[in-house]
Amino acid sequence: MTMKFFGFVAVVVVGILLLAATGDFPEWGDPHSPASEGQVSSFYIERTVNETKVPNMVTAVLADFRGYDTMFETVVIFIAGIGIIAVLRNFGDGAAHVPDPPEPDEGSDLIVRSTCRLVVPLIQLFALYVVAHGHHSPGGGFQGGVMLGASYILLALACGLPAAKRRMGERKAITLAASGIIIYAGWGVACMFCGGNFLDYASLDPLLPGDKAMARSHSMLVVEIGVAFTVTAIMFAIYSNLSTRGRLEKGL
Amino acid sequence: MTEHYPVLILLVPLFGALLATLLGSERQVACWFTALIALGGSSILAIGNICALLASAEGELRYRMGGWNENSGYEVGIELRIDMLAALVVAAVVIVGFINTIFAKTRVTGEMREKAAFFYALNQLLIVGLCGIVMTNDAFNLYVLIEITSLTSYALIAMGNRRAALSSFNYIIMGTIGASFYLLGVGYLYIKTGTLNIDDIHTVLQSGNLWGDTSITIAFILIMLGLWTKMALFPLHGWLPNAYSYAPGVVGSFMAPLMTKVMVYVMLRIMLWLFGGEYIYSSGLVWGELVIWMSIIAIVAGSFLALARTDIKKMLTYLIVAEVGYMVGGAWLANGAGLAGSMYHILSDAAMTFCLFLAAAIVILRTGDHRLTAFNGLFRSMPLTMIGFTVGGLSMIGLPPTCGFFSKWYLISGGIEAGHWSYVAALLFSSLVNAVIFFRIFERAYFGNLKGVADEQLPDDGDCAPLLTLERVPFSMLIPLFIAGASVLLVGIYNNTLVSWLKAAMPPL
Amino acid sequence: MEFLAAGFIEDHIVPKFNYWIYVILMMIGLYAMITKNNLIKKLIGMAVFQTAIILFYVSIGVKEESGIPILSHGQHHAIVDEGRPSEEVITKEKFANPLPHVLMLTAIVVGVSTLGLALAITQRIYISFNTLEEDEILDQLRRGGHD
Repeated sequence: MTMKFFGFVAVVVVGILLLAATGDFPEWGDPHSPASEGQVSSFYIERTVNETKVPNMVTAVLADFRGYDTMFETVVIFIAGIGIIAVLRNFGDGAAHVPDPPEPDEGSDLIVRSTCRLVVPLIQLFALYVVAHGHHSPGGGFQGGVMLGASYILLALACGLPAAKRRMGERKAITLAASGIIIYAGWGVACMFCGGNFLDYASLDPLLPGDKAMARSHSMLVVEIGVAFTVTAIMFAIYSNLSTRGRLEKGL
Repeated sequence: MTEHYPVLILLVPLFGALLATLLGSERQVACWFTALIALGGSSILAIGNICALLASAEGELRYRMGGWNENSGYEVGIELRIDMLAALVVAAVVIVGFINTIFAKTRVTGEMREKAAFFYALNQLLIVGLCGIVMTNDAFNLYVLIEITSLTSYALIAMGNRRAALSSFNYIIMGTIGASFYLLGVGYLYIKTGTLNIDDIHTVLQSGNLWGDTSITIAFILIMLGLWTKMALFPLHGWLPNAYSYAPGVVGSFMAPLMTKVMVYVMLRIMLWLFGGEYIYSSGLVWGELVIWMSIIAIVAGSFLALARTDIKKMLTYLIVAEVGYMVGGAWLANGAGLAGSMYHILSDAAMTFCLFLAAAIVILRTGDHRLTAFNGLFRSMPLTMIGFTVGGLSMIGLPPTCGFFSKWYLISGGIEAGHWSYVAALLFSSLVNAVIFFRIFERAYFGNLKGVADEQLPDDGDCAPLLTLERVPFSMLIPLFIAGASVLLVGIYNNTLVSWLKAAMPPL
Repeated sequence: MEFLAAGFIEDHIVPKFNYWIYVILMMIGLYAMITKNNLIKKLIGMAVFQTAIILFYVSIGVKEESGIPILSHGQHHAIVDEGRPSEEVITKEKFANPLPHVLMLTAIVVGVSTLGLALAITQRIYISFNTLEEDEILDQLRRGGHD
């Protein structure tokens, strides 16, 4: 009871503190707020297409202007994946006193399996489109990667974990995840070899078709593919570990 | 080539971590070797970075990611900024990581087995995150990197026993609240200034004269609350003692010296470079006083709690809580000596905590006892380990020529200059308590248990005891301990040079 | 009194309702994180807490009379292929600020990762203690040893 009371008081105090600041905040949708009118925002809106030839400004900011952030974002995903394996994965010894999760039907339902067989390729095709078209329309490596990961999770749900594991084993998932970041960071290092700063895609201009701005556009595709690799593998690794208590045997 | 040093310091361990996961736990020795080479290479680069900085005329290096130059005075990309303080802290981080990797070898084989590759990967990624935090000049990038260090430490701590998993859970809750408050504070600053670069935010705040705005004050409070949670300043320290003492030995020994210190560095960075001394200390009469009193409470409470512990690692973790109080107090004294003391203490505290945690880990592993009784008669049976422990302990107490003496010297002179006698008294009191704590241990180690306190009266917590004990202490553990002990002395002896470098890096108050 | 309240709502809540919503959501999350006894409920609180911050950032990016920050096919074509200067084609007022969206993509990813790892650790705790209630876990520990 006392804990609840003190918690409530703390929450109310923090809430009032947060609301007190809104007095001098811009109003909802104010086009003249510093964030919307500032030099940084104007630069992104007006110059992105000249500098990178990418119509989707969000992708350009994500993969190029703030590409260093996005590389670490991918690393965060990777850490979550290997962290979950490190914490939960049970390589077969000990901790046997906990009752097993209920016995799953190994994909006995014909309708579910057939639907899954129809839907999974479509999901994967669409996911590849989202990855590849991320710098022209909404989408990108994270979104496409999550869809690809979801297609494997669907497979595991419908046909049982072993079926999904045959296509994406643990070893394979870890390798795929690591190689995603290697693609991303390696591309940045390649820029250094060509004389630019880290992730300065424009310096790759001699190796890629088109001019400097096109080199940036192409490089964004490359790093998005790297991101998609990592996200796909880790999404599936998270699911498979969490659903089997780290034993990777039976699944839900 | 030299201009790329800052980013290479990060990239080498990043690729090392990826390589370690690719090699897999079946090739444990190869994983260890990868980590060793990556962190060793990174250490050399960090030292090269200090040299490059000494040679440069501006006293700072800037590295623009993606080669994006500023546009009409605003950075559009992410920028790294390395001044002397950052270069020294980065060097401390990677060198501690490197030495700890040597130390970890035998333990990882025993404790982690199939998960060794993941341990080495997470270990290196934590170092990457910490270095990134220290070097970045972008407020949002700082958040991402803080979360990298947090996620790796949650995972590393939870690799221990069941108590470790529970402490890791509490750490997640506290850590997420802290990091989210920081993120919210950055959002408040962004809404008012429209930029995320630390220097640019400072410029906009100054040119727009936004100091009086409530939202800026609240942003500052939120960021400070977040960082204090992350660095375990006294009332917010709840997560730290359990997390670091139940974590696997090789994890605690490098997390304890690094995590809180880097967060103190971030606090200094936000205070002096983002908000600027003129803002922080102008209203100093109100909150400056309050924060110094908080730090005094932290110092006194940390010392008392440490005195009451019978578990070696718990005792050391409470000493960290007190040391955080030293640094926070020093930073808010609003004079050069206090700030220099606070910055220098980041380095010296990293060295001495590392030394003590290594020694404690060896003692616990060798004797199989996690309580103070483990030290009975150790000067005779384990003289080499005890030399390392003694150096660390004397530095905690603050005897010359160890670094602990000099950092206290600068902090106390800062306190006297500011006329803050209660802070000076708290520092002296904490030295006294540390003397009691460590001489009690030295007495046990020399003469055995004289007081006749029956061992059974000390509470025993089965979860603290190691699963495996060592027959004899291998050199792969003793050599890191000696390096740590030597660095305690070296940081102390060269205090003059270090402090003059740090003072040069300080912005005008 | 009634008049005052109406004025307050009109001046402070209606034009700034986004901040009020995010604060209320965030406090719900924070309350759950601090006071709930069940570990999973704490994590649900954490998810709400982080989502509230995402809501806050995204609401910064809203700009009246503007659309998504993606050039239409025609605009892109005019600039890249026909070589018309971008200042002629792009009107700044028509595009929302892309930066908050990018930042929140990062924050969402961080949130998901934290939640995933936290769930794994919770499972670890459940395997060791066979319960997810914090008081029951502390009871078990108290029987075993000190603090």
